[in-house]
Amino acid sequence: MSITANKPEPLLYEQSNPGSIGYALPESDVPHTPLPAHLMRADLNLPEVAEVDVVRHFTRLSQKNYCVDLGIYPLGSCTMKYNPKMNEDAIQLTGMSQVHPMQPPETAQGVMQLMYELQEYLGEISGLPAVTLQPAAGAQGELVGILVIRAYHLKRGDTGRSEVLIPDSAHGTNPATSAMAGYRVVEVKSDARGNMDLDDLRSKVSDKTAAIMFTNPNTLGLFEEHVREVNKIVHDAGGLVYGDGANLNAIIGIARPGDLGFDVIHSNLHKTFSVPHGGGGPGSGPVMARPDLAEFLPTPIVSKKGDVYAFETPTNTIGRIKSFWGNFLALVRAYTYIRSYGKEHLREIAEISVLNANYLLALVRDVYDPQVPERTCKHEFVLNGTRFKKEYGVNTLDVAKRIIDYGFYPPTIYFPLIVPECLMIEPTETQSKASLDEFAAALLKIAEEARTDPQLLHNAPHNTPVTRLDDVKAAREPVLNYKPPQIPDQRKAA
Amino acid sequence: MSSGKEISYPTDLKYAATHEWVRVEGDTATVGISDYAQDALGDIVFVELPVVGMELRAKSGFGVVESVKAASDVFMPVGGSISATNDELANAPETVNADAFGAGWMIKISPFNADDLAKLMDAATYKSKIESGEIH
Repeated sequence: MSITANKPEPLLYEQSNPGSIGYALPESDVPHTPLPAHLMRADLNLPEVAEVDVVRHFTRLSQKNYCVDLGIYPLGSCTMKYNPKMNEDAIQLTGMSQVHPMQPPETAQGVMQLMYELQEYLGEISGLPAVTLQPAAGAQGELVGILVIRAYHLKRGDTGRSEVLIPDSAHGTNPATSAMAGYRVVEVKSDARGNMDLDDLRSKVSDKTAAIMFTNPNTLGLFEEHVREVNKIVHDAGGLVYGDGANLNAIIGIARPGDLGFDVIHSNLHKTFSVPHGGGGPGSGPVMARPDLAEFLPTPIVSKKGDVYAFETPTNTIGRIKSFWGNFLALVRAYTYIRSYGKEHLREIAEISVLNANYLLALVRDVYDPQVPERTCKHEFVLNGTRFKKEYGVNTLDVAKRIIDYGFYPPTIYFPLIVPECLMIEPTETQSKASLDEFAAALLKIAEEARTDPQLLHNAPHNTPVTRLDDVKAAREPVLNYKPPQIPDQRKAA
Repeated sequence: MSSGKEISYPTDLKYAATHEWVRVEGDTATVGISDYAQDALGDIVFVELPVVGMELRAKSGFGVVESVKAASDVFMPVGGSISATNDELANAPETVNADAFGAGWMIKISPFNADDLAKLMDAATYKSKIESGEIH
């Protein structure tokens, strides 16, 4: 940990020293033309700081940051795997970084070949060969997928389908997507083994069912044991099956969603395919579909005729959903990642991610309470914190905050919603055994502290620049507009 | 945060599996969320309520309760016409945590469909279903 990590870093405004400047521009050698008075503002209270102060400010902030390059980032359902640096080399190649989105296609055949081949790879990995690379993130991929399903029903003149079935363990984006596409959401219950309750599903499926949306493995980190039967029930009623591919990391190279009966699926390139999340760059959520749904995909698709690549508009496209060609550099990173593994080794991603999750679960399961203890988990697992709350008065938020004190990023908490006091852990395949051992040791130590010194957890974190934040006050009385303090000008005072 | 307090289940109320309670006085049904629900949600930061005069059927959503953990729909335990809403909750959503069965009430329904009452649980049934994990 950095020597500055525990010191609060003042805002640049608070470091402002009137008279300090970052740059001194040379005297103008052209006639001075003042801005019109109505465009001039006197009330812009900008910080006055030297260049070196700005650099040190942001460097200090970056040293307080936590990232996958520092250690385990076990956010459940987020697949925060290490992002190989080879990906970054690939996007720096001039042909990738300097290509202009408005270049004529005949001058951009190389990048179009990359896009075409990525379409092919994702089609093969998913078993669903009609692919669009356009969606800018997983949630947009979901919306595209559901709009494609809607277009499919409407083209057949089947206008009575108004509902989408969604299990109660689903990612929140699934119901949001369905509602945004104009569907009514019908919730399907989970059973005690963490599968969909088939009787509940049968009672809710009907000729109004446009689709079912679900994740496999689901958000409990469990493989849906009745996946084929679920898909058959929905297909028999005339509905389609949408797969939320957020958890593809657990099955890549081993099971293909298309073979399991899914009709449409998206994949988050920033999860399974090692593209950085958030601040590391934009996301990307390609959609893969059955061949007969290709005509509805968003425009454009990259096609290949002979040796020539072209942008094509599918005949009954739902339209354009993203400017230009998707988040292209995210595509380059994913392409590089797939090629660096190769067809034969992709399945090791799934094997090791599942092994790591089960190893970590085995280390902590005697002290924490797995939600479905009798089952082997996939790439992530879910712990139920109800007993800690009851016996020690310590809730899952307290446990998560204490994890920060041990130098780790906390897991996802309070999701999925069907598990009370939920702690959801996804280590990914990019953790060594030593790293998993260290993280498990911290979890066990925290469980001991919960029993012997609950107050330590209530006030955690302790080893950070700021300690427990009042998230309730922040939510009840949000301050949406930062107002910088007025810094007195020392020169005038002197 | 857990208060460590016993969860209370007043016996003069009826409960829905989605954790709303109903108190019947004459032709008016007063509705809120249970002590178990407020404890599970944690600190409540926002309550969205319907406009007075709306007609809603049983099990349809009448509002949203948002805590720092999650936003949850709240459902009509009985159908009928919204005759009043607890506007105090706009400024003091924490009242639902502090007094779920009293000052933390959310809506009054009048008239309400008395037939819907039969589908609700008494306190003992509601409590046992929570403790057995049948509802959560």
